[in-house]
Amino acid sequence: MRKISFAEAINEALHQIIAKYDKAFLIGQGVTSPWYVGSTTVGLVQKFGPDRIIDTPTSENGITGVALGAALAGMHPILCFPRMDFMHYAMDQIANHIANWYFMFGGQLSAPVTIWAIINRGGEQAAQHSQALQAVFTHIPGLKVVLPSTPYDAKGLLCAAVQDENPVMYIDDRWLYQQIGEVPEKLYSVPIGKGVVRRKGEDVTIVATSYMVHEAMKAAESLDKNQVDAEVIDLLSLKPLDEGLLFASVKKTGRLVIADGGWKTCGISAEISARIIESDLFKMLKAPVIRVTLPDAPAPASKVLEKVYYPNAEKIARAVNKILEK
Amino acid sequence: MVQKVWSRGANQTLSLLASDVPTDVLQKMYVTMVKIRKFEEKVAELLCTREELTTPCHLYIGQEAVATGVCTNLKKDDWVFSTHRSHGHFIAKGGDLKSLMAELYCKKTGCSKGRGGSMHVAAANIGLPGSSAIVGGTIPIAVGTALAFSMQQNDSVAVAFFGDGAVSEGILYEALNFAALKKLPVIFVCENNLYCTHLPVVECLSDTNIYRKPKVFGVSSLRIDGNNIIEVYETAKEAVGNARSGKGPTLIECMTYRWLGHVGPYDDLDKGLRTKEEVDRWMRRDPIQRLEKFLLKQRIMSEKEMDKIRRDISEEIEQAVNFAKKSPHPDEENLLREVFKTT
Repeated sequence: MRKISFAEAINEALHQIIAKYDKAFLIGQGVTSPWYVGSTTVGLVQKFGPDRIIDTPTSENGITGVALGAALAGMHPILCFPRMDFMHYAMDQIANHIANWYFMFGGQLSAPVTIWAIINRGGEQAAQHSQALQAVFTHIPGLKVVLPSTPYDAKGLLCAAVQDENPVMYIDDRWLYQQIGEVPEKLYSVPIGKGVVRRKGEDVTIVATSYMVHEAMKAAESLDKNQVDAEVIDLLSLKPLDEGLLFASVKKTGRLVIADGGWKTCGISAEISARIIESDLFKMLKAPVIRVTLPDAPAPASKVLEKVYYPNAEKIARAVNKILEK
Repeated sequence: MVQKVWSRGANQTLSLLASDVPTDVLQKMYVTMVKIRKFEEKVAELLCTREELTTPCHLYIGQEAVATGVCTNLKKDDWVFSTHRSHGHFIAKGGDLKSLMAELYCKKTGCSKGRGGSMHVAAANIGLPGSSAIVGGTIPIAVGTALAFSMQQNDSVAVAFFGDGAVSEGILYEALNFAALKKLPVIFVCENNLYCTHLPVVECLSDTNIYRKPKVFGVSSLRIDGNNIIEVYETAKEAVGNARSGKGPTLIECMTYRWLGHVGPYDDLDKGLRTKEEVDRWMRRDPIQRLEKFLLKQRIMSEKEMDKIRRDISEEIEQAVNFAKKSPHPDEENLLREVFKTT
């Protein structure tokens, strides 16, 4: 099959979705910029014009409300945030309005907004250009949350998000944009709420999402040289969470390492760990769960500190070795 | 649009502009205003008993002319977005009293199935997609609906109702800027009732001339007497016409007053938040009495006809209360349904 990059997969998905669905349009800061969102929006405004590819002023909360209002009136906007950090400004419209709308008014109108949130970190960008806020949004009832890790899922999940009648947070990571993978040329959907086994193994389960899936795979390969057989689960969606896939793997291995690109306290890793502990699997665990996450600190600028700050394959491998000692 | 500046000494009789308003429209607006007033009076009475109706209610008594004058100019396909003080907008847009009262009782038959309460009423089928208790929250949403209407190339307009409290929220300015930038068919209706919860507007805004603020965004704006139904109607008519014909947004600052406190059935006079003299002064500017006087003087309606209207409305409200009381509570097993829409 044809291979393209993660960024190209998003670009292709946007081109095909907007061409296919009259309801779909792209709105947000930087969507006509040649650099602001990488190469993901190249050619869109030339093809669809400024009425459907709407670059906006930096009014994060206002524009989020605009996307909601358009969604209520029958459109399926794709709302772009070039950096997740800027979304704190939009929390009112996301948490109070978009997430509540369908439930709060008795199921009259749903809010089919695809919120495309880009994690863009590293490169000494510091604390306000680095955040990975998947846990914050997964906490809020009424939002679906997906995190693609491969070009295939990048295209398929974006298509699924736009077709969904609910608000979907589509969170991607700029560190993934150069990943190359097989991507069908036609438009297709990857189901929301289903994870995949990226690597089969017997000794330990490493569960991850987004960029951390690749670090987990690297860790698994290095461990393989030492006869450690790790299974890697890519959840792809955090809400709904594919508990079945996760539980089956942990049942088999009895050991769980959770790798997440967010903070530790109240993070996704805490939620996954709690799900296991609340279930009957607790009794089957051969060792306590280990979490590999960001420390509870803002992102530093210094590249020396960045190296320590971000979780990676080496830290995951160390966690696996530790869990096997127990 | 002509700049009208309201002042405290404004003439208390209705202007001669009324000659331009068809009598059936005047009669219809009278019915709507009385319906809002009587509905709210009933809600206040029920709240005082503290029995079954306990959801926090922000009553609209005194402001009836604003919702009525604006919504009378709208089609079913025009959308209005409301606030925590939602009942007047719901009724003026043509909402069903039974489903509104049932929502205040948080019953299964309420417009929001007992999940919204007083602050979150909606009737999407008549163009009221929702109301928000976050101050200023629905303003950008109305702008987004206007964007959708213009993308869909229909001639519908969107209206955002909000209070003077929203003028201290940044979101208003983001919304004004974007609406003007894209020349969207949206009307911003600011109901300046002089208080942001307990705090007088003079203690909230460095410049209380709200109508001047949108001008920096290039949005047409004006201040009118919000207790003069004819002035509200005529102004809204022009603003809606401009929006429909692609001339972009307007902000209308309607000077008005809520007779009761920020929330609940009491007037708050005992709390020392405002003076009796102030409340009395505004009650003398009662938008309904002013219209009644005008209708009688112009012989458009008789006392007898007005009595009948009042009696019919009271009957309709009693039926709504009975309906709400008899309605079942929401099913417990449905609590988690409709967090997400399933197809």
